Amino acid sequence: MKSDSKQPRDTEAGEQKHKIGIAYLWLGDRIFKVLVVLLGISIIMLALGMAWVLYSEGSDALSEFGFFTFISSRVWDPAVQLVFGAWPFIFGTLVTSFMALIIAFFPALAVAIFSAEYAPRRLAAIIDNLVQLIAAIPSVVIGIWGIFVLAPWLRDTIYMPIFDWTAINFPELLPVLGNPIGYGMATATIVLAVMIIPYTTALAKDAIKAVPKDQREASWALGSTRWEVIRMAVLPYARGGIIAGAILSLGRAIGETMAVAMLIGNKNTLPFSIFGAGATMPSVIVNEFREAVESLHLSSLMAIGFVLFLIALIVNLTASYINRKLSIGGNQIL
Amino acid sequence: MVRNFLYILIFTCLSISLLTSCGEIDPDRTPADQRVGILGAGATFPAPLITAMADDYRDLTKRRVTVNYQSIGSGGGIRQFIEQTVMFGMSEAFLSDQVMEDIERQTGGKAFNIPVTLADVVPTYNLPGIRQNLVFSGELLVEIFMGRVTRWNDPKIAELNPDVRLPDTAITVVHRSDGSGTTNIWTSYLSRVSDEWRGRVGFATSVNWPTGIGGNGNEGVAGAVINTPGAIGYNSLSYAVLNNMSYGSVINQAGNIIKPSFEATTEAANIELPDDTRILFTNTPAEHGYPIAGFAWMLVYENLDHNNAISSRSEAKELIRFLVWCITEGQVLSHPLGFARIPDTALEKNLVMIRQLKWEGELIGEEVLDEVDFEKLPS
Amino acid sequence: MKSMRRREIHNKMMEGVLVVATVLVLLPLLIIVGHVLVEGVGALNSDFFTQELGSPSRALLDRPTGLVHTIIGTVVVDLLALAIAVPIGIGAGMMLSEYPEHLLNPTLRIMNDTLNGMPAILKGLFAFVLIVKPMGTFSGLAGAVALSFVMIPIIARATESALMAIPWTIREAGLALGIPRWRVVISTVMPAAKIGMVTGLLLAFARAAGEAAPLLFTSFGNNYLPDHWLGFIFNPVDTLPQRLYSLAISPYSEWHSMGWAAAIVLLAFVVLIFIIARVATRDRMKL
Repeated sequence: MKSDSKQPRDTEAGEQKHKIGIAYLWLGDRIFKVLVVLLGISIIMLALGMAWVLYSEGSDALSEFGFFTFISSRVWDPAVQLVFGAWPFIFGTLVTSFMALIIAFFPALAVAIFSAEYAPRRLAAIIDNLVQLIAAIPSVVIGIWGIFVLAPWLRDTIYMPIFDWTAINFPELLPVLGNPIGYGMATATIVLAVMIIPYTTALAKDAIKAVPKDQREASWALGSTRWEVIRMAVLPYARGGIIAGAILSLGRAIGETMAVAMLIGNKNTLPFSIFGAGATMPSVIVNEFREAVESLHLSSLMAIGFVLFLIALIVNLTASYINRKLSIGGNQIL
Repeated sequence: MVRNFLYILIFTCLSISLLTSCGEIDPDRTPADQRVGILGAGATFPAPLITAMADDYRDLTKRRVTVNYQSIGSGGGIRQFIEQTVMFGMSEAFLSDQVMEDIERQTGGKAFNIPVTLADVVPTYNLPGIRQNLVFSGELLVEIFMGRVTRWNDPKIAELNPDVRLPDTAITVVHRSDGSGTTNIWTSYLSRVSDEWRGRVGFATSVNWPTGIGGNGNEGVAGAVINTPGAIGYNSLSYAVLNNMSYGSVINQAGNIIKPSFEATTEAANIELPDDTRILFTNTPAEHGYPIAGFAWMLVYENLDHNNAISSRSEAKELIRFLVWCITEGQVLSHPLGFARIPDTALEKNLVMIRQLKWEGELIGEEVLDEVDFEKLPS
Repeated sequence: MKSMRRREIHNKMMEGVLVVATVLVLLPLLIIVGHVLVEGVGALNSDFFTQELGSPSRALLDRPTGLVHTIIGTVVVDLLALAIAVPIGIGAGMMLSEYPEHLLNPTLRIMNDTLNGMPAILKGLFAFVLIVKPMGTFSGLAGAVALSFVMIPIIARATESALMAIPWTIREAGLALGIPRWRVVISTVMPAAKIGMVTGLLLAFARAAGEAAPLLFTSFGNNYLPDHWLGFIFNPVDTLPQRLYSLAISPYSEWHSMGWAAAIVLLAFVVLIFIIARVATRDRMKL
C-alpha cells in the first residue's frame, strides 16, 4: 500500500453527541481492545495451529523413519515395502524453484528498473498493472495452458531438436537430458519462472523506489549517464531489498502447486533429468493425498507438508531478516 | 463501505437461496421431502460409467434421486467407506481381510464387495510402420517393464511375433506416475506371472517402478506413447480405442492369444467366484478370458443403519434400488462407454449379497429385489 | 575513464535491453490470455451456464452439460470465505495499527507473514484436519475455511497499511474531543482508510478465488446442484478452480474444451476483481 496523508472528508466525530459515561468510554475501549487483540491472536493461533497439525498428523511417519532419515531417504514406495522418503520431492522442489528464480531474476529486475527509472509515469503504471496481472492469473489456468499449449510446443520446437542434436553428438549426455515428453522438470521450471516474475518485479521496484533522492542526485551531479546512476547509485543501495524480494519469490515458487502438478510429469523416483518427469513436495501431496489407503502413506504425505512448512518458514524468515536488516520497506502486497 | 459489502453478501446469499428454491417449484419434480441424495466416491476408472448411470437414473426417477459420485481413486474410496463419510465406496481392489474383520466388529455385519463393472488394461505401443497387433506374454511384459528387454527386435519379442519385421528401436517404458487403478491391475498381472516382480515391485495404485518415464493420467501415458517412437505403455482398452492407439494381444494362462475386447474381459470373470466375490482374476484361468482385467466393486455395509452417512430407512432403500439398477438395467450403458459387462455368475452372487442387506434388522434388500421384475430385464 | 560517446552508447544499449526484457516479461501474459480467450470463447455456450455437469458421457454423446452448479458453488464458497476472513483480518490489522505498543505485535507480524508465505495446499490440509475430519464429510464450509486462510493474512496486511497511512493527528483530534478510542477508529480512521482496506479485501478475494489446491481436500466436488441451498455449505460443492483441474487432466477432449471455457470464466472473474481493486487505488491516488 502506498502511503497517503489525505484528510478524511467527513469527520463524524464532531457530530457525535458525547454523552460520556464511564461505561461508554472505558468499557467500550476495553471491549474493543480485547476483541481486536483476540482477532489478532487468532492469526497467531492459526499459524501455530497449522504447524502443529501438520506435525502431529505427520508424526507417525516421522517417528517411524526418523526426521532426518525421512528427509534424506530416496525411496518412496507405497506398494511393497511401505517405505517413505521425502528426498526426491525436496530435491525436485528446490531445483525447480531455484532454477525458476535464476531464470526470472534478471528479466524481473530489468522490468523493475525500466518501470521505476525510465518509463514515464503513465507507462510505468500500465507496466506495473500488467505485471501484477500475471500474478492474478489463477494457477490452474496457467496449468491448462501449459498442458495443451506450452508443453507440446516446447517438446516439438525446443526439446526434440536439442535431444536429437545431443543424441548425435553427445549420446552419453542423454540420461541427464531425459526423455522429452513435454511434461517435466524443464517445463515446470519455465512456468514457475513466469509465475514468480511479478513478485520479484514488485519487490525489486519497491526497493528501488525506496532509494533516497540524494543518492541519485549526487550521482547525476557527477555527470553520470542514466544507466551509470542506476548501476552505481541506485542498485547498490537497493541491493538488500532486491535480494529479500528474490528470496520471497523463491518462497512463492516453492509453494506453487497446481500448475507444477499439472506439468511436471510426476515421477517419484530419482534420478530426475532435465526434460524428464520429476515431482515436488506440493505436487506429490496433490497427486497422492486422495489416493492413499495406508495410514503410513497418508501420514508421510502430511509429514511432507510439515517439511514444506519448515522450508517455507525458513525462506520467509530469511527474507524478512534481510529486509529488516537493511530497513527497506518492501511490503507490497500481492 | 464495509457495511455495503455486508449487504452485498447477504443479498447474494438470499438471491442464491431464492434461485435454488425457485428450482424446487418445478412442476415435474416431486416435493423436496421425498428427494434423496446419494453420495458415493472412489475409483477413477469406472467413474465415467457410474456417473453416466447416475445421470440416467436421475432422469429415470424424474430427478428424485441424485447420485453424486466423485472419482477420488480406489484408495480414497476405501478410506471414505471405512470412515463412513460416503454411502457407498467404489474400488478396483477388494477390501482386505483385516478391513472386513474390523467392519464386522464395528457394525455387527459384513461389508459387501459388489462387482458393478470390469476394468481392463491393454499394452499400448508406438512402432512407426507396424500396424499389426503385436502379441505379448506375461513373462515378456515383465522383462520389458523390468528394463531387461530393451530393444524391439529382441528375440523374446520376435519369437512371439514371427510374422512381424521388428525394428531395432530402443524400448521406452511409459507408466502412470499418479496413483491409479489401472496401475493396480497392470502390476497385479505382472505380479501374478512373475515372483520376481511381486517381490521387487509388487502391486498397488502407485509403485516404485524399476524403469521408464511417468505420464500423468491415462492421457499422460497415452501422450507419451503417441509421441515417443518405440514407447510401450498401458491404458484402459476404451481409452486406447478412443485414441486410435496400437495395442497388443496377450497370451493368457490357458495359452490362447487373446485380443482385447469387452467380451474377452467379461469372459475373464466367468470363473468360479467365491460368495463374497473378493477375487483377483488377473491372469485368469478362464480359457478365452483376457488376462489383464479385474472387477470394480461397489462397497456397502450389510447393516446399512450402521453407516453414519445414511440417515434413514428410505435413503437406504433408494441406495439399494440404485445398486440393483446398476447391476441389471444399468449394464446396457457399458459397451457404448467402453466398459465390459459383468458376467451372469457375478450377477447371481450380487443378488445373494443384496438380499442380505438390512436396516435395523429388517431385510430391506429383499424388499427391493421383490419389487424388481427380473423377467423383463434385458439379458 | 571511457569516452563520453561510449558511455552514451552504453546507456542507450542498456535502455534497449531493459525495453526488450520488459516486452519479454509481458509476452507470456499476452500469450496465455490470448489462448484462453480464443479457446475459451469457442467452448462457451448457453448450456455452460445453465446445465449441470453430470457424467462425461453427456459431453461425449453431445447431450447438454455445463457448469452452472460450479459457478454458483464458487460464488458461495468464495463469499463465505470472505465472510470468515474479513473480521479476523481487519481485527488483526487494527491490532497492528491502532495498538502499536502491544507486546504481541512483533509476533503477530511475523506469524501473519508466515501464514501469507505458506503454500496454499498446506492451508487445504489444515482445513481438512480442522473441518472435514470432525464433520465427517467434505463440505463447502471446509473449502471456505481453507480459502479464508489464504485471505486472512492479505487482509490483515492491507488493513494495517491502510490504517497506518492515516496520520495520528486525526486520531488525536478525536481523542481530544473526548471520543473513546474505539469510536475514533470506527467512525474516523476507518472511513478515511476505506479505499485502501477495500482494495486489500478485493486483492485477497481475487487471490483466493483462483486457488484450487486448498479446495481439493475440502469442498471436494459435486456433479450436480444440491437439493437445497444449504447443500452448498454442508455438502460437497463444486468450485471452478478444482473443476478446471479435473477437467484438464481428464482423458476426454470434450472435457478439455469445457476446461477452457471454465478457464475463461475463472480468469474473467479474477481479472475483473483485480481491475476493480486497481481502479479503486488509482482513484485514491488522484484525490
